[in-house]
Amino acid sequence: MKILVTLKRVVDYNVRVRVKSDGSGVETDGVKMSINPFDEIALEEALRIKERGDAEEVVVASIGAADVQQQLRTGLAMGADRALHVETESAPQPLTAARILLKLVEREEPGIVFLGKQAIDDDCNQTGQMLAALWDRPQATFASKVELSDGKASVTREVDAGLETIQVDLPAVLTSDLRLNEPRFVKLPEIMKAKRKPLDIIALDELGIEDAVDHQISDFQPPPKRAGGKILESAGELVDELKNKGLL
Amino acid sequence: MPRYKAPLEDFRFLYNEFLDLSACAGMTSMEEATPDIFEAVLTEGARISEERLQPLNAIGDEIGCKFNEADGSVTMPDGFVDAYKDYAGAGWTGLTADPEYGGQGLPVFLGLAMSEMINAANASFAAYPGLTLGAYEVLHRYGTEEQKKRYLPKMVSGQWGGTMNLTEPQCGTDLGLIRTRAEPRDDGSYVVTGTKIWISAGEHDMVENNIHLVLARTPGAPAGTRGISLFLVPKFLVDENGNPGERNGVKCTGLEKKMGIKSSATCEMQYTAAKGYLVGEENRGLAAMFTMMNAARLVTGIQGLGMASAAYQAAVDFARERLQGRSLAGARYPDKPADPIIVHPDVRRMLLESKAFVEGARALGLYTGVQLELELRHPDEQVRQRAGYWVALMTPIIKAYFTDMGSEVANLSMQVHGGAGYVRDTGVEQFVRDVRITQIYEGTNGIQALDLVGRKLVGNSGENLKAFFEPVQAFVAEHAENDALACYIKPLEDAAGLLQETTATVYSKMSSDPEEAGAASVDYLRMFALTAMAYMWARQAVVAHGQLEKGRGRAAFYQSKLDTARFFMTRMLPDTLSLGERVRAGAGPVMTPSDEEF
Repeated sequence: MKILVTLKRVVDYNVRVRVKSDGSGVETDGVKMSINPFDEIALEEALRIKERGDAEEVVVASIGAADVQQQLRTGLAMGADRALHVETESAPQPLTAARILLKLVEREEPGIVFLGKQAIDDDCNQTGQMLAALWDRPQATFASKVELSDGKASVTREVDAGLETIQVDLPAVLTSDLRLNEPRFVKLPEIMKAKRKPLDIIALDELGIEDAVDHQISDFQPPPKRAGGKILESAGELVDELKNKGLL
Repeated sequence: MPRYKAPLEDFRFLYNEFLDLSACAGMTSMEEATPDIFEAVLTEGARISEERLQPLNAIGDEIGCKFNEADGSVTMPDGFVDAYKDYAGAGWTGLTADPEYGGQGLPVFLGLAMSEMINAANASFAAYPGLTLGAYEVLHRYGTEEQKKRYLPKMVSGQWGGTMNLTEPQCGTDLGLIRTRAEPRDDGSYVVTGTKIWISAGEHDMVENNIHLVLARTPGAPAGTRGISLFLVPKFLVDENGNPGERNGVKCTGLEKKMGIKSSATCEMQYTAAKGYLVGEENRGLAAMFTMMNAARLVTGIQGLGMASAAYQAAVDFARERLQGRSLAGARYPDKPADPIIVHPDVRRMLLESKAFVEGARALGLYTGVQLELELRHPDEQVRQRAGYWVALMTPIIKAYFTDMGSEVANLSMQVHGGAGYVRDTGVEQFVRDVRITQIYEGTNGIQALDLVGRKLVGNSGENLKAFFEPVQAFVAEHAENDALACYIKPLEDAAGLLQETTATVYSKMSSDPEEAGAASVDYLRMFALTAMAYMWARQAVVAHGQLEKGRGRAAFYQSKLDTARFFMTRMLPDTLSLGERVRAGAGPVMTPSDEEF
């Protein structure tokens, strides 16, 4: 079995994100960029599945400009076997991303497509689900535990009510939650080896996909500053206060 | 607690824009060392330093190493064994080591960046792989083929550690007084007996075997330093399959209680008829050990830099967050109850002195790292030799200046923190305690100054000095016509001129009276260091200025380089003037008072 893992390049989770002065986006110049942490967890799980002998190959894929190759190389250094870079200068929205991934799925025919449940830049939480629908295969999202047997995946999901375990037939789309695993540290010899692992660059039009912009982003703004709090003497005052604000 | 963030942006600037790596082109160590590898190594090195090593720094300080009297074993603080496993398992112990023994063979100047990061994150931890690397280097250079095959692969992989055993109760700086004996046996091995003290990493539970390099005397060896040989004494004798077997006659008999680096085990080692193997030639042990000492001195300088870098970051964070009083020029942050203390001139002075040191020293360290790489591995003998002159000259300067300033910057960080820095919670006082030893070990800074004036100045018939002054003069000449750069070039030119004059003064006086050199040495070393730093700041300014003109990259980063260069040239470099005066005052004021006057 082959596992396809998607890696999105995002501003590192440790960086305090700043909106560009012209409001056209967030500042990425000179900012540390990393693999989306949920994607890194997905890759870690795929590698563990392979190390258990339940998969033969782990392929990482990313969509974006040339600099996403840095994250793909990191994925290769973690242990992925090869990488696919779908090249585009724009930042595709979830639906376009899912369409692109479907094309890769058709080429690669993986048993599992493993994504992060969401990316920490736009927090959309859509691409995995959309891909499953387009592909017409089962999905198991927000995975915190994955077990494979007899062509099925038993996945424990983190849902609002707690944990639920479902079984899906493979091939399927899985998305990782935070507590699925703790990704490994990259080994230095693997960094060196990663240089020699195959990384294919695929042009967007080669996949027959138009870089459809399904959303028009007009403006970025930092969250408004929080106004100072107010300490009230009694519950009665609180009710009055809420009524005055028209909230009650 | 300080949250260390590795200075990746500055490393990228230095590696990709500042350092001239053209001289290294074609070297085998450079084949793999492409910018994407630099990037990957720095990013992952930063990650393990920040996420794995730094969180253990305060724990290690609190708990320290534990000596178990019953069996002479040493237990590391919680978490260290696992962290070491991750560190070695990820291959960091072999970063620059020879691929023939399982290393990655990357250039030493990349290793220096890693060294800075792990020392900033956890200086006690950093000591262990640092010592193993030192022992590796001695064995790699002086060991027999058989010894190398037997010991190096597991030292490179980090499964085994390495130590250096010089000091004895009666001899520290003066190694001629060594008493440890080594008597030959029929099978070619030796019986080593004696006591060694202050042996870092002498005993601990992070490795399965420890390879001690021990200085000792053979029977009938000449007195003094000419009669010292070097021996390899493994904790466990290695069997024919290369595995640790029988326990050897070496044991830790106690740990020192120290002011800082509390999870670096400082051991007293007892050698009782231990089996040892000669490394290199008999009576040539000190020369072999000095290979290790020179590399260790550079790395000690980098320790000072690393801790300064972490302490500076903590100071900046605190100065931005701590609201207290208003700017002298009126409120700068009127929406806040008070201004952050970063608005105050004296706080800025402290931060800028720290920043100018840290970034200038980082540049000087890596620049020297490139020369060291050339000296060690370049195929052309002449290139190796020339690069070696720079390294020889800069080693005592980097050791002494970086560690003196490491201490200074840690103290400045505490001063910025005020009372919050003096209590333990902020973690700043740990930097002050941990960094202090770097001024003392690997040869005190006073000894470094004597090495500079006594050996390096006169050594290689003046070639060492030329290796510094010629490139500086060429650089000044190249940029002398550019008015926009004059505020960086002119101060460098003046300082280099003064340093040359002072060098001549020291040189002429010392031939008639060695005490003249001794009395001048520390001030002279500081003067040299400041001039070398001025060279590095001028070079950084030229690069930053060029990038700004071309509109490349992050303008704010380059502007900060120019601002810091200006601060250095106007507020730190002028110390050379008073240092020059002190040198010219000569030995008289120091040596005239009788011993009884004290």
